[in-house]
Amino acid sequence: MSSAASLPVARSRSMRRGTTSIAVSGVLLLIAIVASLAIGPVLIAPLDVVGIFGHALAGTRPLDGVAMRDAVVILDIRLPRTVLTVLVGAALAAGGAVLQGVFRNPLADPALVGVSTSAAFAAVLWIVFGYAAVAWLPSLVAGFALPLAAFLGSLISTILLYRIATHEGRTSVAMLLFTGIAIGALAAAGTGLVIFVASDQQLREFTFWTLGSAGGANWQKIAIALPFFLALFAGSLRLSRGLDALALGEAEAFHVGIDTQFLKRASIVLVAAGVGAAVSVSGVIGFIGLVIPHLLRLSAGPMHRPLILGCILLGGALLTASDIVARTIAAPAEVPVGVVTAILGAPYFLYLVHRNRTALGG
Amino acid sequence: MYAARAVSVSVRGKTLLDGVDLRLDPGRVVAVVGPNGAGKSTLLKVMAGERRPDEGRVELDGRPLAECPAAYLATRRAVLPQSIDVVFPFLVSEVVSLGMPPSLTARECNLLVERALDAVELAHLGARIYGTLSGGEKQRTQLARVLAQVWSRECTYLLLDEPTSSLDLAHQLVILRLARAHAASGGGVLMILHDLNLASMAADEIVALKGGSRIASGRPSVVVTDDLIAALYGVRAEVRGVPEGPFLLPQTAQLPD
Repeated sequence: MSSAASLPVARSRSMRRGTTSIAVSGVLLLIAIVASLAIGPVLIAPLDVVGIFGHALAGTRPLDGVAMRDAVVILDIRLPRTVLTVLVGAALAAGGAVLQGVFRNPLADPALVGVSTSAAFAAVLWIVFGYAAVAWLPSLVAGFALPLAAFLGSLISTILLYRIATHEGRTSVAMLLFTGIAIGALAAAGTGLVIFVASDQQLREFTFWTLGSAGGANWQKIAIALPFFLALFAGSLRLSRGLDALALGEAEAFHVGIDTQFLKRASIVLVAAGVGAAVSVSGVIGFIGLVIPHLLRLSAGPMHRPLILGCILLGGALLTASDIVARTIAAPAEVPVGVVTAILGAPYFLYLVHRNRTALGG
Repeated sequence: MYAARAVSVSVRGKTLLDGVDLRLDPGRVVAVVGPNGAGKSTLLKVMAGERRPDEGRVELDGRPLAECPAAYLATRRAVLPQSIDVVFPFLVSEVVSLGMPPSLTARECNLLVERALDAVELAHLGARIYGTLSGGEKQRTQLARVLAQVWSRECTYLLLDEPTSSLDLAHQLVILRLARAHAASGGGVLMILHDLNLASMAADEIVALKGGSRIASGRPSVVVTDDLIAALYGVRAEVRGVPEGPFLLPQTAQLPD
């Protein structure tokens, strides 16, 4: 029969769809980055953006008036913010893909199941009650404690979520969402309580922690959060084979040689690190971790290596694009970026639920 | 050598296995039969290393199974589970590739996936989304995945939990032929079967379980008797010895009065 001909087609289809989606995601990310640098109160032509980068890479800055001003705007104001949105978007999307792999459930978005909210609660607790204890340290060192606190918050909530919602390696959609909603509600209540008890100087607004913003971006914040993001990116790519096998079931993954206990623990720690760091620099931003992995499973396929690579690129692109909208749509005021991602993501979530309602028991 | 020695498993006071011995040697096919709830799947899970026995132990190559890491076990035995659910929209060819070692090149991987799908007569469905297959096609895809693991890692032992349960007659025979072929090439096969006729056709040894205990074992022609069927299932049926080995006419089966 045609087996010899049809199978290579199947495999190459599998690889080709991965490569194409990753390439498209990469191009979209580049476009989003240039747009984010070009767009703002001062509009700068994309070509000038590229020119200023050319200068910056050569270690110089343009000398004439307008270009000098543009260089300041781009390199000192918009670049840190853009780098932050790229990293946070990448971490939320990759974290979502890994969390969904561990829970074997496509609806496990870190924000939806309370993991991000718990990170925010831990961060707020730290700022109000813990920060004074390390304030004497150099700010870079003391700064590390914030993402660390957020990491612990998301770690504890993810472990709790897994313990409660998963029974014999299986997580029903209902159990996952009910448990996640309860954990999220508790953490949000805690956040609200701490913020309103605290003095105004200690915290930015409540909306930063609940709806997110990339407004406070600076290089020090990025440097502090970067190791957490890199751990998630590198670690999750290493775990991709195990996550693929886990889709067969926990026992089946063990049968093909995966140490499933280690896989689950490592995945949960990595997700907590990435999501915790993301929340510590930009608050709770929802739906990126839901929409991006789902779109990529349809285009790149569910094998985790291309999926996670695609998530890093496309997650960065979507959050960067959302941030452009957030800071321009009501200029000079800023809309919280989580509002923009929710406007994009919530209808998508409803569509997913509607399409799968038989499987979800509706 | 792969053997369970006096393994017992109980869950919340209910005994699932009670001091069962089982030995699987290269070159042989062993079929485990018994009524629902006899402990067949539990025994397979204990043999696979997926479940630790409360008492007794399993040994593989002279080592206690509990000491073998998952990665080593995957090179010695492959397991076909009853569950055929896969989350996320994987292609059939991707599912088959999940049991192979990471050291394989893409080309070797492709060839083995192709061979395995061919063996279960699914080569034409490699590019389909797994979730869109019928139950029987899913079961055969899972078997192809297990075969790809066996061939790529040169596993000696094959553990199959009801490999024929959702298959038509022709594909049941394909599975039995694959099991025999694996034994003929020096492997050992342990399979749970509900159909005594299939078990009699394919197995060198039949092990009958009831209530967590082994109540009979031996060559099919010796073990499969009217008395065994009465003891196992509580039904009376006539076992006859045509054409080779015993067979049972389900038409002759009667529930007790």
